[in-house]
Amino acid sequence: MAERFLVEAVNDALHVEMERDADVMVIGEDVGRAGGVFRATAGLRERFGPDRCVDMPLAEAGLLGGAVGLCMAGWRPVCEMQYDAFSYPCLDQLITHVGRYRWRTKGALSFPLVVRMPYGGGVRAPELHDDSPETYYVHTPGVKVAIPSTPGDAKGLLAAAIRDPDPVVILEPKLIYRTARGEVPEGEHVVPLGRARVAREGTDVTLVAYGAMVPVAERAADALEGEASCEILDLRTLKPLDEDALLASVRKTGRVVVVQEAPRTLGFAAEVAAVLAERAILDLHGPVLRVTGFDVPYPYWQLEDWYMPSPARVVDAVRRLLSF
Amino acid sequence: MTELAAGQPLSRVIGDETTADGDIGLADEELLALHRSLVLLRTYDERSIVYHRQGRIGTYAVYWGHEAIQAGAVHALDPEDWMFPSYRESAVGLLRGIPPATVLSWWRGHPAGWWNPADYGVASICVPIATQVPHAAGFAWGSMLRGEDRVALVFFGDGATSEGAFHEGANLAAVKRAPLVLLCNNNQWAISTPLADQTAAAALVDKAAGYGIPGARVDGTDVLAVHDAVRRAAARARAGDGPAFIEAVTYRAAPHATADDPSVYVDPVQVEEARRNECVGRFEGYLRRRGLLDDEYAQSVRDEALRAMREGITAAEAEPPADLALLFEHALVDPPSSYADDLAELRRIGDG
Repeated sequence: MAERFLVEAVNDALHVEMERDADVMVIGEDVGRAGGVFRATAGLRERFGPDRCVDMPLAEAGLLGGAVGLCMAGWRPVCEMQYDAFSYPCLDQLITHVGRYRWRTKGALSFPLVVRMPYGGGVRAPELHDDSPETYYVHTPGVKVAIPSTPGDAKGLLAAAIRDPDPVVILEPKLIYRTARGEVPEGEHVVPLGRARVAREGTDVTLVAYGAMVPVAERAADALEGEASCEILDLRTLKPLDEDALLASVRKTGRVVVVQEAPRTLGFAAEVAAVLAERAILDLHGPVLRVTGFDVPYPYWQLEDWYMPSPARVVDAVRRLLSF
Repeated sequence: MTELAAGQPLSRVIGDETTADGDIGLADEELLALHRSLVLLRTYDERSIVYHRQGRIGTYAVYWGHEAIQAGAVHALDPEDWMFPSYRESAVGLLRGIPPATVLSWWRGHPAGWWNPADYGVASICVPIATQVPHAAGFAWGSMLRGEDRVALVFFGDGATSEGAFHEGANLAAVKRAPLVLLCNNNQWAISTPLADQTAAAALVDKAAGYGIPGARVDGTDVLAVHDAVRRAAARARAGDGPAFIEAVTYRAAPHATADDPSVYVDPVQVEEARRNECVGRFEGYLRRRGLLDDEYAQSVRDEALRAMREGITAAEAEPPADLALLFEHALVDPPSSYADDLAELRRIGDG
């Protein structure tokens, strides 16, 4: 075990998986010579050469479309999108081909590619470096979506994604790239997709969160200590969703607050609420509450602290729910 | 052709009233094989329009008059080379052994229309315009990185050159010196939009210069001119010299698709001229002048193609209804548990 920052764990996973499987290659903008704008791919070009850690032309749809062809030629490309909001052009290929091509060939061809990107706000960046686009990815059939919140999971989920025979999108919480620090197993480390993690045990209310909202939920739980016992469920994989873990927690607490940084309408919290409405209605003591970003363009950074879900907003939601 | 954009002259091999026939060095058997492919594609297209009118296939994208581009290209490739068709080349896989029933099933909306691209070196039919260009670029590049002696060819139309995906794919292939042949069927219409509303370039081939790759501009109704250009481009790509762009100029003398009525926008004079100069007849004239083809032989080739199509539509219509499990199967290698639940629910409720 070593202590690593979250972004270092991403880098570690790439080194380990590229060492393990010579078909794995990393492609992206500035991933080679520069080692990535967040240094997530640092050292890969030196270690594995410019044909396996490739600086690509600046074109996100062409990059992912090229990855489709690379898969057909036998590669397992890991595609870096430089920022959340710069990934939108790649949705064209993701929706029209990545999520459909296997089905189109009756399962004859597989597309074991990974799209990974830093996502989310709170980093005092210019416009369009702050988005939480997970819904677009989750809503696309034929792809899986994972979001780590700890260094260990950042490594393990990325390794699982690289080894997965299906396309996987990984969103990495850039806000905590270099603040989340924790134990990361050395060498091969895989965290299976589709399994949530109970980040904290509790009995009164379940705070459902993922990515950079897990630490927000933890701070809210700390603030509520002595007042309410909060269980924190870190979803880790949004698709496929670990419904069993969600239902088990709700059976215990009967109350749910979902925390999500993305805009509210049709965000992932709505899916969680729908699952609970369908499958856990008799376990619930009150409404499923959402603490989310707003249905507005992500603001300039002098206003962004008002946009981002805060521990205080989560505490407020928990109190409203407890007094329901 | 009249009113073509100014640019390089069109390369031609097949002669006319004023010019003599050329020769690209194909043996007689190769010329006759090329002819059989042209006739098979033509027959597929003409029968498909009939089948559509009879309600036996769904909406169908016509390629009448573009057979020379398709057959010329396929015959110029090696068997291990891959091609990436758009819907305009839906039946090009016939020339690589995909059964007519399979392609007809695709147009019937039946999953029996699926094929494994690796079995034939033919990617799935690409419906969204130009999005297959990056696939072909990535495939060519990825094959090159693996040290495989394999070229990719991608078909697309004039309208596709306006798409970002064309640009991104062409640029990627050029930067990586990927062994890719970019083959543009410039039939001068994107549904109802003429080339002049598509580009301000004097000729589409001029775009090649912007990618730092060579271009060629050929008569797309001259199967030998297409063959020759593709063969040169493929040889160049195979030698490690990177991609090339070929503009094959034709005129769309048929509707975009069975749902389209082009009489409201095309020039009937140009359509008439294009139909007079259509590619199968031109090549048959060439073969006659070389003493390789007479009426009886031409009829036997057409009969053979018609037989293949009759067998194909019979086989396609004999496919049992697709099992509803195919809604879920194959979407993912590792399906979520919801698929089994959804399937069980559908089976329980039934289709009533």
